[in-house]
Amino acid sequence: MIIFFTIIRVAFQALGRNKLRSTLTMLGIIIGVSAVIAMVSIGQGAQATISQQIANAGSNMLFVSAGSWNQGGFRSGAGTLSTLTVEDALAIQRECSAVRLVSPLVRTSVPVVFGNQNWMTSIQGVNTNFPAIRLWELEGGSFFTEQDEASAQRVCVLGKTVVENLFGGQDPVGQEIRIRNSPWRVIGVLKAKGQSGMGQDQDDTIVAPYTTVQKKVLGITYIHSIMVSAISQAASSVAEQQITGLLRQRHRIPASEDNDFMVRNLSDLAELANSANRVMTMLLGSIAFVSLIVGGIGVMNIMLVSVTERTREIGIRMSVGATGGDIQFQFLTEAVVLAVFGGVFGIGIGVLSSHGISTSLGWPTLVSTSAIGMAFSFAGAIGIAAGWYPALKASRLDPIEALRYE
Amino acid sequence: MKADLKEALERPASPGDLQPVIQASNLHKYYDTGTVRVHALRGISIEIRKGEFVAIMGASGSGKSTFMNIVGCLDKPSEGTYFLEGTDVSRLSRIELARLRNERLGFVFQAFNLLNRTTAMENVELPLIYAGVRAKERHRRSLEALARVGLSERADHIPSQLSGGQQQRVAIARSLVNHPSILLADEPTGNLDSRTSVEIMQVFQELNEKEKLTIILVTHEYDIAEYARRTITFRDGRIVKDQPVAKRRVASEVIASLPLLED
Ligand SMILES: Nc1ncnc2c1ncn2[C@@H]1O[C@H](COP(=O)(O)OP(=O)(O)OP(=O)(O)O)[C@@H](O)[C@H]1O
Ligand SMILES: [Mg+2]
Repeated sequence: MIIFFTIIRVAFQALGRNKLRSTLTMLGIIIGVSAVIAMVSIGQGAQATISQQIANAGSNMLFVSAGSWNQGGFRSGAGTLSTLTVEDALAIQRECSAVRLVSPLVRTSVPVVFGNQNWMTSIQGVNTNFPAIRLWELEGGSFFTEQDEASAQRVCVLGKTVVENLFGGQDPVGQEIRIRNSPWRVIGVLKAKGQSGMGQDQDDTIVAPYTTVQKKVLGITYIHSIMVSAISQAASSVAEQQITGLLRQRHRIPASEDNDFMVRNLSDLAELANSANRVMTMLLGSIAFVSLIVGGIGVMNIMLVSVTERTREIGIRMSVGATGGDIQFQFLTEAVVLAVFGGVFGIGIGVLSSHGISTSLGWPTLVSTSAIGMAFSFAGAIGIAAGWYPALKASRLDPIEALRYE
Repeated sequence: MKADLKEALERPASPGDLQPVIQASNLHKYYDTGTVRVHALRGISIEIRKGEFVAIMGASGSGKSTFMNIVGCLDKPSEGTYFLEGTDVSRLSRIELARLRNERLGFVFQAFNLLNRTTAMENVELPLIYAGVRAKERHRRSLEALARVGLSERADHIPSQLSGGQQQRVAIARSLVNHPSILLADEPTGNLDSRTSVEIMQVFQELNEKEKLTIILVTHEYDIAEYARRTITFRDGRIVKDQPVAKRRVASEVIASLPLLED
């Protein structure tokens, strides 16, 4: 036992005598490990952000919009056709067993005025299911009721960005705003939701009964799209099939023709985004991993040089009683110390540079302990792998020849 | 061979101890270098007892170093048997040989063979590391060994800060630190001036007389061989002469008689 501790100390001394060389050798490992950590944390950060956004949007949400894409590309403007009706929405709610809640959606851009403040924003006409579908709570006031919806009242709920731009510090609930010169009463404020996956500010919106928006803003009877929440995330693809079947039937589309609507499933989108991201993370990670292996080859190279240079030292140690195993242990320890210290510094630099990347470039990064643990144990394993052959070579030297070596 | 043995038995050895430390019979060593086979040893039989001080002489290439390496368990004979304190060395593994070198043998080389950039103290400690001795005990014993060769004040010096004679003393201290049964010295004074050589011989004579340490010394110089008690002469891998030293030199007296160099 004592002998091992002493040999470990001897290994440290040997590395300390050649500080520049040891540092340069470690640099290879440092760069490799920090690259792995930085790359993986960028990838995982992106993945976490997307998952977070999907969860925010309601992961079991589906969108039905008018128009469709076919293989030739964009055929008809999504949401510009008048093929979807409120009855379609009601039918989905009524007949699709995998569907929990449905809301019609009509939307347009409108100028909003309060006092002498002006703001251009979008207004979304929905029904009372909206908060439950979007998983969006109120910060103050209340949501509109079914009576408001049935009688097409000019009542609205404001997103946080609209509140900030029109009201400053004032409480908007109970105030009157003007949309296209008609007075609307503010009855509630939505909690802040942040950016969407596409980078839009989701809080820059006004939510109102779809009936009011249809009749008093747009003057239409059809709806642009239908928001649906499935009974669970797992059921969302079933819901998609049920909705497609139902709408084809309701719209009397023959089997030979394409849909005149489009169903988008957010959990599919999330899955797609996530798998693209996983591929990206793996790609970045493996490029970084290659540099870690190059670092390991550097360690091996230096250890081989070191064994040759110190042949005489090895002969001296053997002549006073070191066994092949003692010599092997010494050189293996040197390699592992280089790799492990390189790993520790590399983790430090990797974590710092991930923070640097997220603050300077604004990319989300996530430094996971599993990435750190993996990089560290790889560094250790590379140390052992890189040191094994040189150490074995050293241990097999013939004491007499080693002593004679010039 | 029988005559050799008989002579060895009749020779006056140090009182009290007569058991053989080294028993070698019919040692051969060949080196196969491509087409030619070099026959370095051609049947060496010898017995060396505890407390002897043997000088080995002979022309260059006569096999002295080859013999010393075998005796020192750094090498194995191609043929023949070698018993070290009753142990048949030819049957031992590499690890067991390392153990023997560590515990029973001390080696001093012509080229000193100290670790550079390592203090005298740490050089002397080296065998104790591989014996698994604790740091505190290592320090105590290596200081003690350095004191035996008169180098206590130089414990912190590295080899390049020491003279050749001092470096060789460090090497001797290293060879002694594990209290070996035999001290093997292959041309230890080969790189030293005559006065320093005698000083090294003084250390050897003291160790041999006061501590009954068995010493085998290879030298090319007749006067150095005369500090030993017995000389063996090699020629072409054979022993051609084995005789006691008739007129033994005493290093301490020689040093006293040497003129002091002053500048
Ligand atoms: N590794 C080796 N390979 C081939 N031949 C060797 C080897 N070692 C020694 N020899 C040969 O063995 C013979 C004896 O060598 P050895 O070193 O024992 O001589 P020596 O008596 O010590 O000579 P010196 O007084 O010059 O040191 C020489 O002919 C030498 O060339
Ligand atoms: Mg020689």
